Amino acid sequence: MNDLIKGEKHDWEMVIGLEIHAQVKSNSKLFSSSSTKFGSSPNSQVSLVDAAMPGMLPVINKYCVEQAVKTGVGLNAKINNYSVFDRKNYFYADLPQGYQISQYKYPIVGEGIVTIDFKDGKSKDIRIVRLHLEQDAGKSLHDQNPSKTYVDLNRSGVALMEIVSEPDIRTPDEAGMYISKIRSILMYLDTCDGNMQEGSLRADVNISVRKPGDEYGTRCEIKNLNSIKFIKQAINYEATRQIEILESGGSIEQNTMLFNTSTGKTRPMRNKEEAHDYRYFPDPDLLPLEISQEEIGKIKSSIPELPDELKNKFIETYRLSNYDASVLTAEKQTSDYFNETINSDSELPNHAKIVVNWITSELFSLLNKNNLDLNNSPVSPQNLGQLIKLISTNEISGKIAKDVLEDMFSSGKTARQIVDEKGLQQVTDQGEIEKVIDEVIAENPKMVEQYLAGKDKLLGFFVGQAMKLTKGKANPKMLNEILKQKLDKKN
Amino acid sequence: MSKLSLKQTLKDLDTKKISIRELNQDYLKRIKEKDNLNVFIHFSEENVLKQIDNLEKDDSAKKLKGIPIAIKDLFCTKSMPTTAASKILENFNPTYESFVTQKLLDEGSIFVGKTNLDEFAMGSATNTSFFGNTINPLSKENEPLAPGGSSGGSAAAVAADLCLGATGTDTGGSIRQPASFCGVVGIKPTYGLCSRWGIAAFASSLDQAGIFSHNVEDASILLQSIAGFDQRDSTSAKVDIPNYFENLDDDLNGKTVGIPKEYSIDGTPMEISQIWEDAIKVLEKKGVKIKNITLPHTKYALPTYYIIAPAEASSNLARYDGVKYGFRSDEINSLDEMYENTRAQGFGREVKRRILIGTYVLSAGYYDAYYLKAQKVRKLIADDFNRAFKECDFIVTPTAPSAAFPLNEKQNDPIKMYLNDVFTVPASLAGLPGISIPFGEDKNNLPLGIQILGKHFDEQQVFNAALSLERSYE
Repeated sequence: MNDLIKGEKHDWEMVIGLEIHAQVKSNSKLFSSSSTKFGSSPNSQVSLVDAAMPGMLPVINKYCVEQAVKTGVGLNAKINNYSVFDRKNYFYADLPQGYQISQYKYPIVGEGIVTIDFKDGKSKDIRIVRLHLEQDAGKSLHDQNPSKTYVDLNRSGVALMEIVSEPDIRTPDEAGMYISKIRSILMYLDTCDGNMQEGSLRADVNISVRKPGDEYGTRCEIKNLNSIKFIKQAINYEATRQIEILESGGSIEQNTMLFNTSTGKTRPMRNKEEAHDYRYFPDPDLLPLEISQEEIGKIKSSIPELPDELKNKFIETYRLSNYDASVLTAEKQTSDYFNETINSDSELPNHAKIVVNWITSELFSLLNKNNLDLNNSPVSPQNLGQLIKLISTNEISGKIAKDVLEDMFSSGKTARQIVDEKGLQQVTDQGEIEKVIDEVIAENPKMVEQYLAGKDKLLGFFVGQAMKLTKGKANPKMLNEILKQKLDKKN
Repeated sequence: MSKLSLKQTLKDLDTKKISIRELNQDYLKRIKEKDNLNVFIHFSEENVLKQIDNLEKDDSAKKLKGIPIAIKDLFCTKSMPTTAASKILENFNPTYESFVTQKLLDEGSIFVGKTNLDEFAMGSATNTSFFGNTINPLSKENEPLAPGGSSGGSAAAVAADLCLGATGTDTGGSIRQPASFCGVVGIKPTYGLCSRWGIAAFASSLDQAGIFSHNVEDASILLQSIAGFDQRDSTSAKVDIPNYFENLDDDLNGKTVGIPKEYSIDGTPMEISQIWEDAIKVLEKKGVKIKNITLPHTKYALPTYYIIAPAEASSNLARYDGVKYGFRSDEINSLDEMYENTRAQGFGREVKRRILIGTYVLSAGYYDAYYLKAQKVRKLIADDFNRAFKECDFIVTPTAPSAAFPLNEKQNDPIKMYLNDVFTVPASLAGLPGISIPFGEDKNNLPLGIQILGKHFDEQQVFNAALSLERSYE
């Protein structure tokens, strides 16, 4: 694979690192007991602590700490027994304390590794530098009043995990795959709901370009991207911008950029000189966070199977390809659905590939068309299993099964009900099939002659005719075999 | 006028020698008479009468039922505004009650008012308050003296007998130094003994609530009432609180007192060296072993304190930005202007000075040289005490380098003002308990204080030593 992009003068390589902000899935905030529910009316989930009233103090939410540890384990990372909360000081209207409580020198999670899989079966490791816990800020609402800015503090104090990667990413696609993989791990662990639209998962992208083999170039940071599509667009735009500057003899200024989603362009927010001095220092209201090896062990043992483990299990147990297995495990709901389907009948594990195909192509396309996902699929895994069983035992043909699935999808009936009601069972009776074939041969003497003269392709024509007469119900394998025999006998 | 003690008053209330109403009316009368001292930022007779009414209707037994207490205006209270003596919190009415004041309310005490202090507890003379100076009740006519600070209002309230006890906070000496200046008892317990929840923060790693009272026994009763673990304060300690009063024992025979040589500093007035020697002699007579100890890093305590405290303050006070509550400037054309003008107009000079110092020492390029180094020195100072306490049970020093000075004397010389904390700051940095008790006078008959420091959470030993010295002095 060639990851380089062509400039006017030479080839360039992108160097990309991501800082992912993942909202911790928890009922209450990182340092207060307020609810974290999304979409509630403004300022309805604000405690005295969240509003930074005088004399209010933060108290760590242990559940959020466990969630961060779990996530660290999922990222194959080192969990630090000792970590410290620092204050990051800056003024903004939606930052009530005048500082954000974050972790600076001593994060809760250290170095880790995440593997991304390519379609061609190759994979690549992206190194994680760290994961730390921090508070989210509130929201400034600039569009409610022409002359005023309103502040909604519902989000103020919600726990975030910042996951920082090494600059190991080289293409926009890799960036997309990396964030998808992180999202998948978080959702398997149930430590983040992964909802990018609601902002539960967003990323800052650091990007520079260089000639292959050179030192890293000067980077720019694009802030707060909340979809994979925007991440890729922003990277592409920004890389092109940087290359143009460099090729025309200019140099890159280390800037913090914003991405405009409607124009697809980045623009500078502030430069290095204007960069904040955050005056980090350990928060004196909080003690250092100490987690024993025993507690870490306990959390580790509570962790479910992660996508990579599950992928390998699927490959071994069901002899699936790496790609099929990675598609199945990319989202927890998919692997759960697959597991339930394949275990709904003792015969199905022998037809794993068919099960994969029916889930990832037929069912997915129906769900897509109807704007649904697996969580609210009208076809249950058991019912899909039943349908696949009917196919594998030759009760119905694959072609008819597609119609049956559509019917199941809209009517909610089981496959068995539909097949019985509509009489869709495959015709497997030798005599019946012979009778139909005889009829087709008798009605098309000219075609038979041509076929016998060597026009082999006409076999399809006879199959089609016979299928028509059986309303598609003839067992295709038997039909083919008997037809060939009968025609050959004519010779 | 002989002042009633808390201990005696509790007896008199119990035996019905006096009613809650009679008791408090006596104090109300004095509060109104002493209005010129400017002890209170908030005082409402109506509010006090309402509390009396409520207590009269309440038949449950309560430890401090009907006892008039003054509250430093840094503690958030539901029934009275809370200003921290700052314009930026003028008219701020908390919807919550601080841990310490809630405990006092639960025990049935009556809050007579909110006492004056240095703005956000930053000062040593109660002269940086937005609401004006408090005058030391011991001042002679036409010679107003400072009550010390920052809890000068509370110290003065006890000294002028406007209450039977008062709460204070001590960050670098803010209880002990004004207690010394006003001739009352003031105890700063171990860091973490009393929850900081609901106290407007100055320097979180140093702030500690404590008590002013007429005598050591009263202090032991009141401290027990405000101490205790609070899960809302992560730095609050999970320790059993003994019954300090019941356990009081002035027999110090066989104990060892540490006398740190570093506390003899040039320029200390003769009288102060004298009372220190007197105290040592008294203890010796009582069978206490005198041990000369060394606390070698003492000389670094003040600069260390004046880095760490402002650093934390610069961050703690960032929340006063005009966005959510409190004062907001009228002159705003942008968000930045709102911050600048609100904080420029809302904070006084001393607060701004400390915010600037704190911001500077935390800034990139200076952090290691100032803040980080100060934290290392702080550890050395704590180690000094830990080492010393292996050889002694408590330490005795003067409380302050001078008696009460004339009002405004050091107003324009912050360094001179900061030197007031020279004897109190080391124990603050180490988180140790310390008490100041009146022990002698200077040539102008102004009281001088002796400070007793103890091991972490060994308030009992501090009280016992203080009681012993107090009895020998009386």
